[in-house]
Amino acid sequence: MNEDVELERAMPRTRRLFGRRGRSELIPRARLRGPMPWVMAIMIALTVIATAGGLALGNLAASARAEIENGATVQIVEAEKTERDRQARLALATVKRLPGVAEAVRVPDDELNDLIEPWLGDVQQGEEAIPVPAIIDVRFSGEAGERRLELLRDSLDGVAPAARIDAQASWLEPVFETVSSLRWLAMGLVVLLGLTTVAAVLLSARSALGGNRDTIEIVHLLGGTDSQIARVFGRSIAIDAIIGGVVGLLLGGAVVLALGSQFNALNSGVVSGGGLEWLDWLAIAAIPVVGVLLAMITARSTVMVAVRRML
Amino acid sequence: MSDSNEQIVQFDNVGLRYGADREVLSDVSFTLYPGSFYFLTGASGAGKTSLLRLLYLAQRPSRGAIRMFGTDVITLPRRRLPDFRRRLGVVFQDFRLVSHLSAFDNVALPLRVAGVSENELARPVADMLDWVGLGHRSDARPATLSGGEQQRVAIARAVIGRPDMLVADEPTGNVDPDMALKLLRLFEALNRLGTTVVVATHDVHLLKKVPDSLIMRLDKGRLNDPTGALKFPPRREKASV
Repeated sequence: MNEDVELERAMPRTRRLFGRRGRSELIPRARLRGPMPWVMAIMIALTVIATAGGLALGNLAASARAEIENGATVQIVEAEKTERDRQARLALATVKRLPGVAEAVRVPDDELNDLIEPWLGDVQQGEEAIPVPAIIDVRFSGEAGERRLELLRDSLDGVAPAARIDAQASWLEPVFETVSSLRWLAMGLVVLLGLTTVAAVLLSARSALGGNRDTIEIVHLLGGTDSQIARVFGRSIAIDAIIGGVVGLLLGGAVVLALGSQFNALNSGVVSGGGLEWLDWLAIAAIPVVGVLLAMITARSTVMVAVRRML
Repeated sequence: MSDSNEQIVQFDNVGLRYGADREVLSDVSFTLYPGSFYFLTGASGAGKTSLLRLLYLAQRPSRGAIRMFGTDVITLPRRRLPDFRRRLGVVFQDFRLVSHLSAFDNVALPLRVAGVSENELARPVADMLDWVGLGHRSDARPATLSGGEQQRVAIARAVIGRPDMLVADEPTGNVDPDMALKLLRLFEALNRLGTTVVVATHDVHLLKKVPDSLIMRLDKGRLNDPTGALKFPPRREKASV
């Protein structure tokens, strides 16, 4: 009977519902030895770079568009210099009087010559100088829409018949379209990388399931629920994903910072508008979080489907 | 004894076949009562392990009805099976220890599955390992344990949660006679605490060791019971084979 007492002491009177975490690892630890953290790190790093690229392009386009969407250019395309200057003076005076015009400035000839010199040489030297149109840069108080451009054309019809008027935005429209395409490309890459991550986690979870089938069966027969088994696998994969996510974020972030500093060094007016705002960095920082959630959901779904095939 | 609420298990004309093969169990009918001790005997291939698999809910029968703890487990939704499995303790013929877990963690597994906290389970698991003579090997992995030691870990795991019914498939097959007797005493002690015990064995000497046990014999998938006494309830038989 002493044995009975010892045995009774050894068997806790408990019938609790399942749900708490056990300390033991049901799945053998293969952290960092398996491919999962490294696959995640690479995926997250590539996603960070693609997302940063897409966001930077978006910022660049927005910045450039904001700068030129209110602008229009008046060109006086007249070969004879005296007549060109006369029409330019009249046009400038007329434009300045128009409602909605915030600013109108004639671009100095020297500046124009400097701009085209790399391609055409010094166009002002000699008698065979190439006639360069006079250019007036017009800034409206709002967007340079069709109505304002029409008013501008009507006003200049009489005073500067050689005037040609263009919205500045229309010049850069092909550039904007290219930037937009690149942004879509970046988004597509992010989606593809997300799908690849799901596929990698799916393979990893299936591999873990195959390698731990006996353990799963035993836990099942001991009263373990599908959710418990899925949670164990999900937790294991989440830890791998977190390690991979942090490494990936650091790698990708380092590449983005390095590229950013190189672009900044170019000191170009267009490129300088393509920096990342703090909200962009916040979105980039959320990538590993989304990656980990994606990995956990994928792992859980895979395991649930597999264990439901058991009795 | 005839009250169905008191029946812990009731098989009624149960048949089992794997795939398109012939039935490995045919027309099996019996009743198990709480606090009883049953031996399931029969030659190799008689269907003992198949019958035990039905008992520990690893298998559904091809036909017939099975009630367990007053519930029809054939039509029971799959999600409710874990609650029933937690009321069972199982000693598998091949032990089925988790290879990467220590002896301690293997024994603790049913308690962890049931949500017992680490603080609460540490002492009972250590005591149970002491009880089966493996207190000094609690950190050992199954691969480093002998066959007999693995079997004792498997038994400790089966009884640690004080199951309502213990199902053991050849539990003394790999241990020396002294340890076999000790394990049998463990089952008896558990039985005295109210657990229904079903031990499958082909060791006829073992049957003599538990005088008040009931014996069920399987022969080619049928319960060998020409008088019909096994059906509701199984025939009481002195262990004098």
